[in-house]
Amino acid sequence: MFTQYLSTFFYSLLGICMAIAGIEAIKDKSNPARIGTGFFWFILALLFIFGDLIPKAISGALVLVLGLLSLFKQVKVGKIAEIDASRASEYAKKLGIWLFLPSIVLALSAILVGSLTNWGGQIAIGIGAALALIVAMIETRAPIKLVYNDTQRMFRTMGTAGMLPQMLAMLGSVFTAAGVGTLVAKAVSGAFPTGNKLLGVTLYCIAMALFTIIMGNAFAAFAVITAAIGVPFVIAQGGSPVVVATLGMTAGYCGTLVTPMAANFNSLPVAFLEMKDQWGVIKQQLPIAVILLVLHIILMYILAF
Amino acid sequence: MSYLPLLGVLIILLGFALKWDTFAVVIIAAFVTPLLAGMSITKVLTLLGQSFLDNRMVSLYFLVLPMIGLVESHGLRQVAINAIKKLKRATPGKVLSAYMLIREVLNALGISLNGQIAFVRPLVAPMATASAASYKLSDADKELLKGRSAAVDNLGNFFSQNCFMASSGVLLISSTMKSLKHGVSPLQIALYSIPFAVITFILTYVYNYLMDKRLAVKEEA
Repeated sequence: MFTQYLSTFFYSLLGICMAIAGIEAIKDKSNPARIGTGFFWFILALLFIFGDLIPKAISGALVLVLGLLSLFKQVKVGKIAEIDASRASEYAKKLGIWLFLPSIVLALSAILVGSLTNWGGQIAIGIGAALALIVAMIETRAPIKLVYNDTQRMFRTMGTAGMLPQMLAMLGSVFTAAGVGTLVAKAVSGAFPTGNKLLGVTLYCIAMALFTIIMGNAFAAFAVITAAIGVPFVIAQGGSPVVVATLGMTAGYCGTLVTPMAANFNSLPVAFLEMKDQWGVIKQQLPIAVILLVLHIILMYILAF
Repeated sequence: MSYLPLLGVLIILLGFALKWDTFAVVIIAAFVTPLLAGMSITKVLTLLGQSFLDNRMVSLYFLVLPMIGLVESHGLRQVAINAIKKLKRATPGKVLSAYMLIREVLNALGISLNGQIAFVRPLVAPMATASAASYKLSDADKELLKGRSAAVDNLGNFFSQNCFMASSGVLLISSTMKSLKHGVSPLQIALYSIPFAVITFILTYVYNYLMDKRLAVKEEA
């Protein structure tokens, strides 16, 4: 019960920050899509604060509205005020390495709460984030106005890209409910036998990398491939879920290293660095990616069983 | 059982390949797939709402943002830049490996810097090239050093980010596994992410070492 209240509290806190982002987005007169962007954040705020009370079908319709707003280019980051450079360099001198203290507090307190209590990871992260913010506020002696401003700046900068991981996880749940995983599993098991552990691990890791190469996004591949191959071919043979899932995701990252679809990582640097070869970054990553993928198969097989 | 729902996967593949609005493509696929599986509109919307709520924990990493924003506006980037500037410019390989180590440690603490834009372009790639000043670099070598600098940032970034339990990757894994009925905690995921953060560092270190060797041999020849 206590943890239930606490997680509702943290989701509401998140919702309030989203509402703040919405208010500031609407105030940004330079943004031609300021109304749509404001609505985007307000709908999210509503879903995070009152999600448990709103009928699920209405929440679903609101999610659909989020998608339509983005589809019709009505969500834009807009103009966000730059960081005050003089304050930044003043405190960089004053605090130096101590600026990393809040992050260390966050990591340590989240690990402590996570391992000493049975409240679950969400509460641990919430408590860690709160403590870290307090430490940061004390050491920077920042006025509340500045905290408010930095929060809205960070949230607005994230935009739809920041919400994408949750949407991909949602898609995974929907795929599972619609039986997509079972269908793919059936197709795959027509071609490969399910009984062999090493074959299962190999199949899963390679499928994660391949799907990521095609889609350019390991997060998107994870839900589909884990439901379709990871669970029936590895976990169902007695593989440890945490090993399979954790290494499955990074097996996907091996695919990210070699795909031009992951433009942010592999194409943008080519442009930034004024390189001649479009494949210059990928070529440097390819040998390591192949070795890492093989090591993923070996290590998953050893650790999971 | 009909194979129609597989069109949902096709929507995702096509949408990503044709670079449509990613966010919209995901939601449209989530809407269309259960329709193809024969669910009614109301049922589909209910499923969509329920799945959104069930996966709220993935967005919990936003909770860290107020703190990150605050330290950022108080010079976090400058401090990181100063630290990287202090790296010994012995050889290009050593500069890159040292940068990778810094990147991995910061990532494990949840400080995900925009490496390619904020560090590789203005700082790391020029430093790697400068530390090779005594070598006779061909144009191909210079191109290689640029590509390697970007590669090192990606390698360090990818394989260490999940060591931080409040990262979006860890939360996505945890939330997805919960909906697949094989729940795993974020802390466990972060723990099992450590081996590949270490392995990737060692591999990249050797890879950079071999590059140094090759560049040095060229100089003697």
